[in-house]
Amino acid sequence: MATIKAGETYGFFTDTSVCIGCKACEVACKEWNQLQGDSPSFLADSFDNTGSLDAQNWRHVKFIEHVPDQSSTAGNGAAWLMMSDVCKHCKHASCMEVCPTGAIIRTEFNTVFIQQDVCNGCRNCVAACPYGVIGMNQQTGTAHKCTLCYDRLQGGLEPACAKACPTQSIQFGPLAELQQAADVRVAALHSQGVTQAQLYGRDDKVYGGLNAFFLLMDKPETYGLPNAENATLPSRNDLGGYLTAAVTAVLAVIGGLVAFRRRGMG
Amino acid sequence: MYLAEHFVQPPQWTWYILFYFFFAGLAAGAYVLGTLLRFSGDPRDEPAASIAFLVSFPATVICPVLLTADLGVSWWKFWHMMVDVTPGDTGLNFKYWSPMSVGVWALVVFGFFVTVSAFDAWLGNRRGAGIIPMVLNRPFNVLGAVVAIFIASYTGVLLSVSNQPVWSDTWVLGGLFLASGLSGAAALLALLIRNRPDASFSLGRLHQADGYFSVLELALIIVFFITVGAAGTLAREVPWLPLWAIAVAGVAGSLVEARGHVRMQATGGSGTVAGVRLDTVVVSILVLLGVLALRAAVIFSAQ
Repeated sequence: MATIKAGETYGFFTDTSVCIGCKACEVACKEWNQLQGDSPSFLADSFDNTGSLDAQNWRHVKFIEHVPDQSSTAGNGAAWLMMSDVCKHCKHASCMEVCPTGAIIRTEFNTVFIQQDVCNGCRNCVAACPYGVIGMNQQTGTAHKCTLCYDRLQGGLEPACAKACPTQSIQFGPLAELQQAADVRVAALHSQGVTQAQLYGRDDKVYGGLNAFFLLMDKPETYGLPNAENATLPSRNDLGGYLTAAVTAVLAVIGGLVAFRRRGMG
Repeated sequence: MYLAEHFVQPPQWTWYILFYFFFAGLAAGAYVLGTLLRFSGDPRDEPAASIAFLVSFPATVICPVLLTADLGVSWWKFWHMMVDVTPGDTGLNFKYWSPMSVGVWALVVFGFFVTVSAFDAWLGNRRGAGIIPMVLNRPFNVLGAVVAIFIASYTGVLLSVSNQPVWSDTWVLGGLFLASGLSGAAALLALLIRNRPDASFSLGRLHQADGYFSVLELALIIVFFITVGAAGTLAREVPWLPLWAIAVAGVAGSLVEARGHVRMQATGGSGTVAGVRLDTVVVSILVLLGVLALRAAVIFSAQ
């Protein structure tokens, strides 16, 4: 791929239609980022024993068993959806919005990055991230998530997960190029009759657009992604919350004054 | 109909945060009540006002301790809330749109008001005169009470300004925590002054004020359930109904006690209210348990 340059926006285009669930992305991510991983567990959830994204899992291959009522046509099966999930590096990032320490920043590659030396483990970002991406590392007491292999980008290397993906389900590159590739891919699928294929996060309907966006084979909720209606920023509740508090305060002060103004009480 | 869908991880805000919310509500509520008592214009309310300012001090001191403890091994980086240490971009942190950011600064400012007012009250009790002349004390208390109202309410707004189920599905938590904090503080003060002859003049008035706060609290609890129900996350509250029952029992106790004192006033009676045998101790403890239970139900139901 072309040289990686600071000042340009980079991201992932994850095409779930070609994901085979091999988890090479999970392994490559852990290896490069020296993540210990969680204790081995058997979740009895399809082929998934990772569970969710967290401080030790910055890539997570989801397995969604989705058997349709009617049989599928040849080459059009969708009984088993697979998707390599990751931080979306949102343009309007909820985590960044609420972070009180300034630990969450945008890098020169326009990705969202948590500075470990600045983060103090307040977990406000965990409460805010609508994708459940961020986890707490108990050893460091800080929040962790995908860095989009910031150190590799600085060295001119593509992220480990994209490098390892054998089917090019995970594609890395300049965002504009990825968006063009996604448009071509979804148009091709539609022309083949795969009408359920849709792009998620390609446009600005979800958090102003996602640097890590997806081609999905079903509606977003099936994959555990909020739809455009539910993709809301935490600050939406600032005004309503403070307004209710202000009205309550006025009524409470009036009540207090009325109670304490009364005379002759024993 | 619009139903909220959440795919978030819980932030694991548990016991430290629960007790921070509890003590912050009581400290702020006590400061507001102290200010209101001082504005009654009756010098017989001054002992109760003094106790209110004194009690708000230890309740405030424990707040940063709890918040720091909640950070775990990163406790020593608590000051990063106020100072951005990003290399090349250092400076003070203040995000008006982030309740946690504003709240930290408000807690610092509130700490100043509480410390001065408590010291003033302590000196006043010992020497008969505080450090601040009464003409300045009232405006000082008003400013402190404004910050106190913020402290009592922003914790609820902080929860709402997230993407967590329940918390982000309602806009009433700020008001609800404020009303509950005031009610709890009134109950705490009633508990503290019941055997103080010099302050007992304010006892009935505190119960009355608690009654007004409880009416507000009850109304906001109802709105809370309506808004959460409309968002489709009401089922999360079911396991926590026993806590909600305690919270509502506290509200009911306040209302019964306040009604008794209103009746007593109407009949010109004094002492124990005829027909209302709920003891101040029992009611106050029930109210305080309710304040804690309400916060626990809200905090844990989302996680």
